[in-house]
Amino acid sequence: MADLTTDFLGIKSPNPFWLASAPPTDKEYNVRRAFEAGWGGVVWKTLGAEGPPVVNVNGPRYGALYGADRRLLGLNNIELITDRPLEVNLEEIARVKADYPDRAMIVSIMVPCEEAAWKAILPRVAETGADGIELNFGCPHGMSERGMGSAVGQVPEYIEMVTRWCKTYYDRPVIVKLTPNITDIRKPAAAAKNGGADAVSLINTINSITAVDLDSFAPEPTIDGKGSHGGYCGPAVKPIALSMVSEIARDPQTHGLPISGIGGVTTWRDAAEFMALGCGTVQVCTAAMTYGFKVVEEMKRGLSGWMDEKGYRAVSDFVGRAVPNVTDWQYLNLNYVTKARIDQDACIKCGRCYAACEDTSHQAIDMSPERVFTVKDDECVACNLCVDVCPVEDCITMERLPEGAVDPRTGRTVSDEYANWTTHPNNPMAQAAE
Amino acid sequence: MTSPLTPGIAAGRLPAEEIARNFADLHPAYDDHEAQVAADRCYFCHDAPCITACPTDIDIPLFIRQIQTGMPEAAARTILEQNILGGMCARVCPTETLCEEACVRELAEGKPVEIGRLQRHATDSLMARQGHPFTRAPETGKRVAVVGAGPAGLACAHRLAMKGHAVDLYDARDKPGGLNEYGIAAYKTPQDFAAREVEWLMGIGGITWKGGQSLGRELALETLRAEYDAVFLGVGLGGVNDLGVEGAERDGVTDAVGFIADLRQADDLSALPVGRNVVVIGGGMTAVDVAVQSRLLGAENVTIAYRRGRDRMGASRFEQDLATSKGVRIIDNVMPVAVHGNGAAVEIELEYTAERDGRLEGTGERLRLPADQVFRAIGQSLVPVEGPEMDGRKIAVTGPGRTSLDGVWAGGDCTAGEDLTVVAVAEGRDAAEDIHARLTA
Repeated sequence: MADLTTDFLGIKSPNPFWLASAPPTDKEYNVRRAFEAGWGGVVWKTLGAEGPPVVNVNGPRYGALYGADRRLLGLNNIELITDRPLEVNLEEIARVKADYPDRAMIVSIMVPCEEAAWKAILPRVAETGADGIELNFGCPHGMSERGMGSAVGQVPEYIEMVTRWCKTYYDRPVIVKLTPNITDIRKPAAAAKNGGADAVSLINTINSITAVDLDSFAPEPTIDGKGSHGGYCGPAVKPIALSMVSEIARDPQTHGLPISGIGGVTTWRDAAEFMALGCGTVQVCTAAMTYGFKVVEEMKRGLSGWMDEKGYRAVSDFVGRAVPNVTDWQYLNLNYVTKARIDQDACIKCGRCYAACEDTSHQAIDMSPERVFTVKDDECVACNLCVDVCPVEDCITMERLPEGAVDPRTGRTVSDEYANWTTHPNNPMAQAAE
Repeated sequence: MTSPLTPGIAAGRLPAEEIARNFADLHPAYDDHEAQVAADRCYFCHDAPCITACPTDIDIPLFIRQIQTGMPEAAARTILEQNILGGMCARVCPTETLCEEACVRELAEGKPVEIGRLQRHATDSLMARQGHPFTRAPETGKRVAVVGAGPAGLACAHRLAMKGHAVDLYDARDKPGGLNEYGIAAYKTPQDFAAREVEWLMGIGGITWKGGQSLGRELALETLRAEYDAVFLGVGLGGVNDLGVEGAERDGVTDAVGFIADLRQADDLSALPVGRNVVVIGGGMTAVDVAVQSRLLGAENVTIAYRRGRDRMGASRFEQDLATSKGVRIIDNVMPVAVHGNGAAVEIELEYTAERDGRLEGTGERLRLPADQVFRAIGQSLVPVEGPEMDGRKIAVTGPGRTSLDGVWAGGDCTAGEDLTVVAVAEGRDAAEDIHARLTA
């Protein structure tokens, strides 16, 4: 079995699977169960400043988006930070960390955007023996209305300022958790780095309304006929999270900044993808909330099995390996010409490729009276829609035309030389080849 | 106290509760979540093969998608626009040889989308929660006689009534429904569904039920032609083919269709007599229906004897498997030679057969089976109708059911084509459209 041990900012954990700061990490009871189930670490549910704790709504806090067979694809929540007294949380954190010294224990914090507030809480957290802190600059509902959470995360200057305070008053690793509810994720990430952050974690949840009740005309989840946007998470947000992670990983300003990946991690494969894009650990919430803590077992077995298959001995062997392959559109090779190919033996003749291509794309698939579907190479632009809508895996594939072949659509001979938009004759900004 | 071992033909071979259990729904209804899951399996194929395979051209992917989006009643409308007996067809169609055989998931995995059960979910939802889903057009003043209240006649009558014509619906029996009411196996249409469906169908208005009147006795085709603007014949197959062997007249030798009709109309199935040793001659749906129901009533031994190979049986593979799963033995390549007994049947003598140059011949080898009840299920035939030209043993039609007589249409089992409920519905519907076009031209 491959070694899943992870060293993230000097924080060791037996595997890269951490539970994200969220309801599953709100109490000693849950976190002990999580550690017993095998999670590598937890980010304790966000602590607020000393004093009367926040209160939550007393109606539904979650809304859902379902796929086939009521499979949970997306979850949204309007829960706030911990609603238990600070002292209770701190005592529990200290106790659990003492009992599980090999697991990562990170404490999420969100206090008002004032230096005094941070200066007050940080020593208290340090006393627990926790391995580091995560600054919650992401929570998009409730707390943001009070100038915290994503209200801070949306202003890079505040991120930098608060991060600097934390680095001043706390001597262990500081992770800044970013909100995706911004235009360009690179700006807050750079601000965190400039403030001295040891790492960023992302994404926090996305502003969302999961549904509208068509009888009461109220958004869901509904509290007494009204609704408020919540934070969206679960498998549905993974593509957004992967993209944001990749932007930070490849931007020269933030390249090399450690990342803890969050957003729809449900299986080992999701985790491996985040890690390939540069994440040293991943954080999970919705999968645990949907299936219970035992899901980590599949993640651990799956990841180590895949690593064995690929010959990776440590997770560091593959972390970041996909980053160099994320590029700008303008650098994509325009001489890479493919055509769709339909495996007639695998085809079940549903005709979805035909409908998709004929109605919504390039009229590049022919349908015979016997329901035999074939690609018209002179029309096929290789868009991949047929591949995506085909219900049979590997029935339709994209095959590259070899060098020297003529693309019947363009009449041009395929070259094996790399050529992109920056040098294309149609580009008014094209630079002449030297 | 009778039991499966009681000799001869006797009632109450099983406790009443056991018989009731035996005759429960063959394919129980989906609950809402099951229907959603089943609906999610549909790929919404382009120019879907299942539609092509459906004799009534129901837009199956569309209605399944409507179920999936939580609109089963709207799904039912999609079905009923094409097939007003969509509820019955969902129960009795041999979907394994129609839509579900054509389903691409049958090709892909050998597990088609369960179209029949989904159709039932939709139609049951509508029939449970709503009244009649269609409204009748204003009266046209035209009058049409529909003779035969089976699937063809009902479909024709409904479509004509919906178009605003006044329909008189005749049938030889006391109740409408035809084979839906008298012929189909009880476990396919429990809880009096056939009668409830007819009552619901009549909700369109404009249809007058005239039972107990049969063509050639109370009714004359020439009179009908004179009194009505159009006539539709959906008279079905009233005759039963004979066995034509020595001893065929013995007590206990009876026709399967009549037995099933008695069973369907029985208030108390434990009062219905059935043999200890039952032999069914035939290989179609009726043979399976009577064999299975005999077992469910408590017959000890039930055998289907079919003269050709199993691949030639009219009953689908699914039906054959259903029969064997209920403990029915199927012997193929045998034909009856004689029924032996002293007054009542005691034993049947069969001869093995082989096909030579396309002709079926006895091999000379024989076997005898105990048989106190022998069912003839070797096909029904049309009771000849005076007037229209015949095509072999059926009424000749062209296009949408036009007979050789002006103003007379025909459809269902009395015309050529597969003798299926769903085919009859399509023929009745299409004839109605043609009649409507003629009457409003």
